[in-house]
Amino acid sequence: MIHDFGIVWDQRGLLMSGLANTALLSVIAAVVSLLLGSALTPAMMSRRRAVAGAARAFVDAMRCIPFLLFAYIVYYGLPSLGINFDNWSAGLAALMLYNTAYMAEILRGAWAAMPREPIEAGTAFGFSGVRLFRRIVLPGLVLSAGPVVGNQLIQIIKDSAFLTIIALPELTHAASSIQSRYYVPFAAFITAVALYWGLCLVVEGGVNVLRRLADARR
Amino acid sequence: MTPGDISAFAQGAVVTVALSVAGILIGLPVGLGLALIRWARVPVIGRLVALYVSILRATPLVTLLLLLFFALPNVGVPIDPYSAAILALSMNTSAFNCEIWRAALLAFPKDQLEAAMSVGMSAGLRFRRIVLPQIARASLPALVNEMSLLIKVTPVLAVVGVVDITRAAVRIGAETYEPLPPFLVAVALYAPIIYGLVSLQRFIERRQAAAEAA
Repeated sequence: MIHDFGIVWDQRGLLMSGLANTALLSVIAAVVSLLLGSALTPAMMSRRRAVAGAARAFVDAMRCIPFLLFAYIVYYGLPSLGINFDNWSAGLAALMLYNTAYMAEILRGAWAAMPREPIEAGTAFGFSGVRLFRRIVLPGLVLSAGPVVGNQLIQIIKDSAFLTIIALPELTHAASSIQSRYYVPFAAFITAVALYWGLCLVVEGGVNVLRRLADARR
Repeated sequence: MTPGDISAFAQGAVVTVALSVAGILIGLPVGLGLALIRWARVPVIGRLVALYVSILRATPLVTLLLLLFFALPNVGVPIDPYSAAILALSMNTSAFNCEIWRAALLAFPKDQLEAAMSVGMSAGLRFRRIVLPQIARASLPALVNEMSLLIKVTPVLAVVGVVDITRAAVRIGAETYEPLPPFLVAVALYAPIIYGLVSLQRFIERRQAAAEAA
């Protein structure tokens, strides 16, 4: 068993690049889906019913499709419509689009739960439109939605492991290839589990900092 | 789609549903048991459960599944894909269920326990008659939500050779060189199940809110 971990240690370069890819994929997907989601949220809250309905339909559809199936559709299905991807762009696009729906729903929930007073006070002080959103709505939204967004980042990290099926060289894929080359399944996968755990503990630490910040402001 | 494809999808759907139900049925009581161990502050074991839950919640189901499927035979425990799938699903969901049950236990009013004790109820009876009915009610929406999340990760089980809806779709796509239609059929099979659970969760939440308001 010690010998097995020795083999994994010798292959640490492969695991570390897998970990780096997992972190990179997750962070890019989280940032982009947060941006796209924050553009989608106003559409969901729109007074025009067609706009709100279309946004709602997209969000509900994404929430009812398993991520792995969605990744398959993007990678294997879309080429038959003439849209071709390599596995990196397909994986990243799938992660971003899928989580846009979740981010939009998280932001919508936080927005709906926001107290009316600061917004009304902002309007009374002459803020409107984009400036009202940027100066009054957004800071409160970031602080109250922050912890939930952090949980979603953990979800994205775990979803990114599914991309091993389209041969994207992330952490689980690295562990898989070490196990198939040297037949050290326990050592390879338990190391991957430990690395995922570490990654999630880092995110949880960040969420706790944000939560304390929000408590201090209240 | 040929009749053979339709029967492949039907069999896949049965496998997906059966594995999900098995995972849910095992994960619910195991999660409750873990939560009770933490609630009762059992020394050492309570800490181990906290560690187990923390690690399991951070582990992607694919990674856990591959670990179980390849490492268990390596240490002399032979395991077939379906048992590995059920084991991975129940381990994963039990960790999340543990946190849901524990939140309900921590919010449980202490005075009710003391009242039950004062009328001479034993610990087992206290739990069965007083605690369980109330925490089950409080945890229900979150538990149903966790069930919908569980179904959403089941396509991963195909990785070790479980022939579920996703595997059937991949196979038909590979045979016909037209991957998109079978994937859309798979979506049409998963979506109603997940949507049904999400609606059930919203329905329970609304009914409980209405009951509280009344």
